[in-house]
Amino acid sequence: MNHLFTYTLRLADNALVLGQRLSEWTGHGPFLEEDLALTNIALDTFGTATSLMEYAAKVEDKGRDADALAYRRNEREFTNILLVEQANGDYAKTILRQVLVDAYNVLFYTELAKSKDETIAGIAQKAIKEVSYHYRHSSSWVIRFGDGTEESHNKIQDALNELWRFTGELFEQDETELTLIKQGIAVDSKAFQSKWEKQLDELFAKATIKKPETVFMQTGGRKGIHTEHLGYMLSEMQVLPRMLPDAKW
Amino acid sequence: MSDSQGPIWEVFVQKKAGQPFVHCGSLHAFDKEMALQNARDLYTRRNEGMSLWVVPSAAITASSPEDIGSFFEPANDKVYRHPTFYQIPDAIGHM
Repeated sequence: MNHLFTYTLRLADNALVLGQRLSEWTGHGPFLEEDLALTNIALDTFGTATSLMEYAAKVEDKGRDADALAYRRNEREFTNILLVEQANGDYAKTILRQVLVDAYNVLFYTELAKSKDETIAGIAQKAIKEVSYHYRHSSSWVIRFGDGTEESHNKIQDALNELWRFTGELFEQDETELTLIKQGIAVDSKAFQSKWEKQLDELFAKATIKKPETVFMQTGGRKGIHTEHLGYMLSEMQVLPRMLPDAKW
Repeated sequence: MSDSQGPIWEVFVQKKAGQPFVHCGSLHAFDKEMALQNARDLYTRRNEGMSLWVVPSAAITASSPEDIGSFFEPANDKVYRHPTFYQIPDAIGHM
């Protein structure tokens, strides 16, 4: 098993699926400024996805390029975590999904930039500044929703209740991770789990919202077992390259 | 003005340290942080600047078009206020 390929593809899938979800807001944002803000974040995320996908293709070395990986794999072959594929819902839900990922990504990419794999370290280095800004954007919105009106408070609290059960996967480790952590290539995400939780607890306190207390953490994304949302998203994302293979425009 | 998109803010961008902040447009935002973030996303996407100011439009007091006569026209015939009667030594360069 090619652990480096598996690992790189997981990271690429996370970025690609999240980028696709965010881009669904383009032209539908709550107002012009926010529409552009989210589109910017989607673009940053696609940029990271592209770099990672290209590297995954290179590492695999089986003649598949980044486009083949993005557009010609089925749902069961996608290895992203379940959190990023969750439907956008209302703006509060999109923002809450984003803050969970952004807080994680700041810590994750900071560590990944120290990877012994130079390409991965380079991609991570570039991503750090971007995800730091994404966190600033999403966290300020969480507070704004939380201590805003009763309606906005309820919306962000509902989003947290619904999405928290997908956060367990952020810290899962299997043979691929453990092998690559030993080699100094992958990030030991468990090492910063408590820091991530503390940071979010502080944010949620400011936003006057609460994490659900007993939650059964969902899992499966990295094995290709997805929620029903991913299939619909992929069919929209892949329709053109599937209908007109190798089309150029 | 205020509506469902929040009040309007004016955005000023500084291209480089030491240069003046130049007004470049306006935007909607509900608070300072959001105004700053929106300004970043709307007006500095193409490396337009290194620093930003956002000011609530309501905080700006402007002269009105009717003021043109009394405010500005009296300056028209006072050319002696321009420092064009002095020879500037070449060594000083651009002023």
